[in-house]
Amino acid sequence: MIVANRKPFEEIIEMLKPYSKILLLGCNECVTVCATGGAKEVSVLASEIRLFRQKEGQPVEIKELTLERNCDTEYVESLKPAINDYEVAISMACGCGIQFVGEHYRDKLVLPAVDTTFYGVAEEQGVWTERCQGCGACVLDKTLGICPVTRCAKSIFNGPCGGSQGGKCEVNKETPCAWQLIVDRYKEMNMLEKYLEIQPMKNWSTSRDGGPRKRVREDLKL
Amino acid sequence: MSTGSNLEKVLKSGAFAVTSECGPPRGADPEVVKKKGAFLKGYIDAVNVTDNQTSVARMSSLAGSLILKNMGFDPVMQMVCRDRNRIAIQSDILGAASLGVNNLLCLSGDHQSFGDHPGAKNVFDIDSMQLIQTVKRMRDEGKFISGDEVKGRPNIFIGCAENPFGDPFEIRAMRLAKKAAAGAEFVQTQCVFNVDKFEKWMEMVRDLGVHEKMYILAGITPYKSIGMANYMKKSVPGMDVPDEHIERLRSVPKEKVAEEGIAICLEIIERVKNIKGVAGIHIMAIEWEEKVAEIVKAAGLFPRPEI
Repeated sequence: MIVANRKPFEEIIEMLKPYSKILLLGCNECVTVCATGGAKEVSVLASEIRLFRQKEGQPVEIKELTLERNCDTEYVESLKPAINDYEVAISMACGCGIQFVGEHYRDKLVLPAVDTTFYGVAEEQGVWTERCQGCGACVLDKTLGICPVTRCAKSIFNGPCGGSQGGKCEVNKETPCAWQLIVDRYKEMNMLEKYLEIQPMKNWSTSRDGGPRKRVREDLKL
Repeated sequence: MSTGSNLEKVLKSGAFAVTSECGPPRGADPEVVKKKGAFLKGYIDAVNVTDNQTSVARMSSLAGSLILKNMGFDPVMQMVCRDRNRIAIQSDILGAASLGVNNLLCLSGDHQSFGDHPGAKNVFDIDSMQLIQTVKRMRDEGKFISGDEVKGRPNIFIGCAENPFGDPFEIRAMRLAKKAAAGAEFVQTQCVFNVDKFEKWMEMVRDLGVHEKMYILAGITPYKSIGMANYMKKSVPGMDVPDEHIERLRSVPKEKVAEEGIAICLEIIERVKNIKGVAGIHIMAIEWEEKVAEIVKAAGLFPRPEI
């Protein structure tokens, strides 16, 4: 899922200062699963804003609206009747959703209420960690299921670097060293000799380095 | 093929090599480099010039290398993958070779979060292993990474680093074997304090025959103070500082601590000199360059061979 964090309340309040009629958007997908921007979080944020602005003597009208998805034209277009009644929209969807709604309603600003962080997993209740950077050329077959691009702080392909100690990354003692995990996995699978293979340089052109990416399936187009 | 490297000549002659290093300053004054260099002159075979070590912005390693070369040193230019993509890396390799820098030490580089610009974007387009391959290919095949022809090959002696004290320990010798296979001709290790562990690592290195494929220089750092020893033990990732060393430094009067630090350093040198496969030492006297001459002389490694 795409993981996001709610922005600090002060930052949200500052962005909304000029407005008194606000559409607050949520999304039923990833940000709901990571407990950041689903209907529940939209409702909590709306209450916080209302209370704060009331106290400040600048009450606001907030419409709460959580779409099934913010990354599909079909759902984004369903906003049409509602969005025109408001001065501004602020969204708790991921960065994709925030932009996509903005693209559809060009006379409105769509502000971000969250910081989109990573593609990750829920390791345990309340803990999400990163797994993928969408580099466009997966090497998980070579590293036995552990991504060096994402999970090594230096994205090195022939690790571990000299800073790996006690299974942890030099950057953060809480973070497992990706190359320790890879070596452990080689051992588990009786494939440690694979470690001796020098991994070639990566062609980053399939990653964001090649510019914004696009996928077209002619067979699916209408 | 031989490069113009003095370090290569010394190592190939079979002499026990001594290198040290000089960290460029956080400013544009060449006199700082020259002053540090003056402490080392005549006592070492080559001088490493660090590349924005600990991710702190400094005078470039290429500029530092040139200043030291002009003083008669054989510089080992350090190059990290943190700050350059493959275009800049190849460009700097050619630039260094064109100015007569004959040695390159290929490193990944400390993560930028350790330095004074933690908000910097890191590069790591290629890693240290692939950097070694890049230099070798440019030199031996006359090819850029792209496959295009290099017109005027960089004639560079290729070095790397390895940390015998990093984890997982069991692959640390294998990792050096990979670096030798990639084209590294010498390695300078992380500071050796735990000699028992270093001996064990060297045994694994010999089992893989790596000591016959490259020259191994053991990293040596004298303790300047108890605080420094503690700092390295607790705060520098991948350092193995034995408690007994800290106890020894604590057991002497305050004014004798530095002397004890040098004594420990000399004992370590004596032990590593006798390990089969160790071809030299690399003295990293951090902000203590003035002690290098004393260490080299006391270790019986002076005068340096003239080849």
